[in-house]
Amino acid sequence: MAEGNGTSTPIETDAVIIGAGPCGLFAVFELGLLDIKAHVIDILDRPGGQCAELYPEKPIYDIPGLPVVTGQGLTDSLMAQIKPFGATFHYSQRVDQLAKLEDGRFRLKTDLGTEFIAKVVVVAAGGGSFTPKRPPLAGIEAYEGTSVFYSVRRMDDFRDKDVLVVGGGDSALDWTLNLQPVARSLTLLHRRDDFRGAPHSVEQMRALVRDGKIALLIGQMTALKGGNANLSAITVKTKDGETDVAANRLLPFFGLTMKLGPVADWGLNLNENLVLVDTEKFETNTPGIFAIGDINWYPGKLKLILSGFHEAALMAQAAHKIVYPGKKLLFQYTTSSSSLQKKLGVS
Amino acid sequence: MVKITYIQPDGSSQTVDATAGMTVMETAKKHMIDGIEAECGGACACATCHVYVDAAWREKTGGPSDMEEDMLDFAFDVRPESRLSCQIKVTDALDGLIVRVPEKQF
Ligand SMILES: Cc1cc2nc3c(=O)[nH]c(=O)nc-3n(C[C@H](O)[C@H](O)[C@H](O)COP(=O)(O)OP(=O)(O)OC[C@H]3O[C@@H](n4cnc5c(N)ncnc54)[C@H](O)[C@@H]3O)c2cc1C
Ligand code: FES
Repeated sequence: MAEGNGTSTPIETDAVIIGAGPCGLFAVFELGLLDIKAHVIDILDRPGGQCAELYPEKPIYDIPGLPVVTGQGLTDSLMAQIKPFGATFHYSQRVDQLAKLEDGRFRLKTDLGTEFIAKVVVVAAGGGSFTPKRPPLAGIEAYEGTSVFYSVRRMDDFRDKDVLVVGGGDSALDWTLNLQPVARSLTLLHRRDDFRGAPHSVEQMRALVRDGKIALLIGQMTALKGGNANLSAITVKTKDGETDVAANRLLPFFGLTMKLGPVADWGLNLNENLVLVDTEKFETNTPGIFAIGDINWYPGKLKLILSGFHEAALMAQAAHKIVYPGKKLLFQYTTSSSSLQKKLGVS
Repeated sequence: MVKITYIQPDGSSQTVDATAGMTVMETAKKHMIDGIEAECGGACACATCHVYVDAAWREKTGGPSDMEEDMLDFAFDVRPESRLSCQIKVTDALDGLIVRVPEKQF
């Protein structure tokens, strides 16, 4: 599911939802009730947006009707609630391009090359796409993509290289284990001799250290050395003072932060990095492109999940007019409408 | 009223009034102290509210909890006196507290 479709045939659908945070997920529900089929795209490898990535285990107390629910719990419940509508999810890819076609529909393209043609687009991009945190070391930008990587897309980039992996979580441990066989040398650097990753991975890592196959260093990076986009060493502060670790590949894993990213390039009117919408339809300055949840702005906006849910409901009404022009929409309750219940699979 | 002093990397400092029950991060945000970003709003989920507690106060504030220690893995230039300011609750016992803002938040 994570791969791009690679072919040049775009996926045609009613709606594309950009972002699988709580608001994007609930949009599947509201659109689904109105027979609008959706594809959902997210840069993360799973649904839930901020709730799943930043606070899966923390409690939320202001979801109406749920006195307390965790970030992951809410995500799981939303996934169960939208299941009847059979949306297709495309994870681990970022929507880079969004343009209007002559026939009034929209064409979208992800960084993996997957293309979509949709009648309406729902931007539910939250605080923007999750991007790896860049260590605040002087000059690091110059090495990115050549010596400094924040993820491993091709193992070959690390073959026969001297690799320094930094971090104490699962990403750092997994890539230490995976790259050790291909790298010329590998050092794992972490600020303390305590790892947050899965105990099994920690054990495997420690075994490699015992066998002399990798080095484990406790300390923190303070500077990068090299030139012409090629890294040669990383200065590390340890409890015994500063030392240089020779390496030509650096993989820092310090978690993710949200950056607006490509949303800024789609010709949408912005207000301080937020997409301006009206409060009747939550439509942007481009008719047919809607924005809901944390990514939008209007007078009085509150970045609350419940506000995003409301926005999804009103957006869906407006989207219906575009997807089914001329078709009259009857207002119905899920409690009493047999046709809605059929769609939900409960009748 | 409890007083808290925030010292910037350049040595400049600001002493502000804090209310017991709030956190050292919230107090900093309220008084617009530079260098305390607090992206996650105090949920111990971002590590951008990192501060160094003055040596004289380390015993009174105590050290980080396990969860906070894990989150400190995402901070830059972590030291023994590092804390996430959203995890320090202001109490009357902290009147006069001095914290230093790091050079860089991640
Ligand atoms: C610690 C913490 C506690 C919180 N507590 C509460 C609370 O108690 N109550 C409450 O109501 N709210 C709370 N919030 C806020 C709440 O989480 C947000 O309002 C909510 O997540 C917004 O949902 P969303 O769907 O709009 O966006 P997000 O959850 O931000 O999801 C957006 C998704 O879009 C993806 N994306 C963005 N751009 C692209 C692109 N170009 N291509 C592909 N994918 C893209 C992102 O990767 C992300 O997964 C809290 C937030 C935090 C951080
Ligand atoms: S404000 Fe995010 S960890 Fe303190």
